[in-house]
Amino acid sequence: LAAVKSAVAGAVTMERPTSRADVTRYNNFYEFGTDKADPAKNAHTLKTRPWTVVIDGEVKKPRTLDIDALMKLAPMEERIYRLRCVEGWSMVIPWVGWSLAELIRQVEPTGHAKYVEFHTLADPKTMPFVGSRVLEWPYVEGLRLDEAMHPLTLLAFGLYGEVLPNQNGAPVRLVVPWKYGFKSAKSIVRIRFTAQPPRTAWNKAAPQEYGFYSNVNPEVDHPRWSQASERRIGEDGLFAKKRPTLMFNGYGAQVAQLYTGMDLRREF
Amino acid sequence: MSSEAVATASGGPRARLDRALRHAAVKPLLWALLLTPLALLIHGAATDRLGANPAEALLRGSGDWSLRVLLLALAITPLREALRLPTLARLRRPTGLFAFFWCSLHLLAWAWLDQGLEPAALLADIAKRPFILVGSLAWGLLAVLALTSPQRVARALGGARWRSLHRGAYVAGLLGLLHFYWMKAGKNDFGEWAVHAAVLAALLGWRLWRRPRRAGGPR
Repeated sequence: LAAVKSAVAGAVTMERPTSRADVTRYNNFYEFGTDKADPAKNAHTLKTRPWTVVIDGEVKKPRTLDIDALMKLAPMEERIYRLRCVEGWSMVIPWVGWSLAELIRQVEPTGHAKYVEFHTLADPKTMPFVGSRVLEWPYVEGLRLDEAMHPLTLLAFGLYGEVLPNQNGAPVRLVVPWKYGFKSAKSIVRIRFTAQPPRTAWNKAAPQEYGFYSNVNPEVDHPRWSQASERRIGEDGLFAKKRPTLMFNGYGAQVAQLYTGMDLRREF
Repeated sequence: MSSEAVATASGGPRARLDRALRHAAVKPLLWALLLTPLALLIHGAATDRLGANPAEALLRGSGDWSLRVLLLALAITPLREALRLPTLARLRRPTGLFAFFWCSLHLLAWAWLDQGLEPAALLADIAKRPFILVGSLAWGLLAVLALTSPQRVARALGGARWRSLHRGAYVAGLLGLLHFYWMKAGKNDFGEWAVHAAVLAALLGWRLWRRPRRAGGPR
């Protein structure tokens, strides 16, 4: 998957990328099982062609795009992002894709559009755990429109220079590097623009634990663990002290202005 | 001599099994069995086979085995009576001590791998999170039971007092189960939890059902 280094501010961290083996074998993708080794074992059943993405809701030009057409919509960029999971671990991942804003501009949101919803495929035939009661399916995530328009918000099609492995959310996923990983919906089939805040999967399941914003914030703890520090997968040794977690996962210079005037402890 | 002892003193396969349990190799075998998961975890950690997050694997593995071995220890008396194998009683204390051992490893994994052995951070975590507090209480209770488990101490305490104190093992089981519930609740994933809860409910149910019939009798 040919790509050029991204010129977007903050899009290429100098930190050492996590090994491809860890990135592709330690995944949360509950449609394929709740153990982090499950997606790598089970996701081979996912069929990524043919694949279409429906873009609808509060837009002037709703579209249904074939995945191969979608991939050609903008030039591919390589972006090396930190990923912070809400569970307290982190990785550094070289993604391939382009800013979601490119797509949003083409479909022209109406004046009513305030939020964007992302729907993951929910196909019980190819996703063995879609019947499980862990979450409501399909997996729905969402962003405020200005968050979705931010140049760092990435629509990703590949990692480590190759097309996405199924377990990482093939053929197309979202990557929002300043939010906890679960905000970045995988295997997207629908992008819907709405006036009302989306009801998102984890927020529905446990609203006291997972807020709509879910910005990485070392000062707002999860009820069962602290978010002040994190373990970098493959890098921090077993007995090494965990490293401090940075506000907005270190992307504050780029994104903090999206939240001016908000109480991020309340709107977590 | 109770009828049970008479039944097993005569021949038959059950009596032979009970005699076999008196073999000198039985306790070492129990030790080996209850230490095997630890050997596997250590081997896995040393050879990088615990996946991308070995700290998490050790923390979860030690927690799983704490609860499993505790339930096993609680199951020994019911099994002894149901199967009429009086010699099983010899295995109760070591199994209970192993439950404490696993729980201590779990506590150590949390304190060291997760909290970096910082006393202030540990205390803050316990004070702030019911999830951690309940787990710590279960460990504290098991520590008391472990310290009072030698026969000398039991004699010093007196049989009745010792027995009521050691019913605390059920309380530790309930605390462990609550801790496990909170851990699983985040993912709405209660299958594994339900199995453990059903086992503890059955053991507790058996204990309550037996009580009126054998009031005053030895446990």
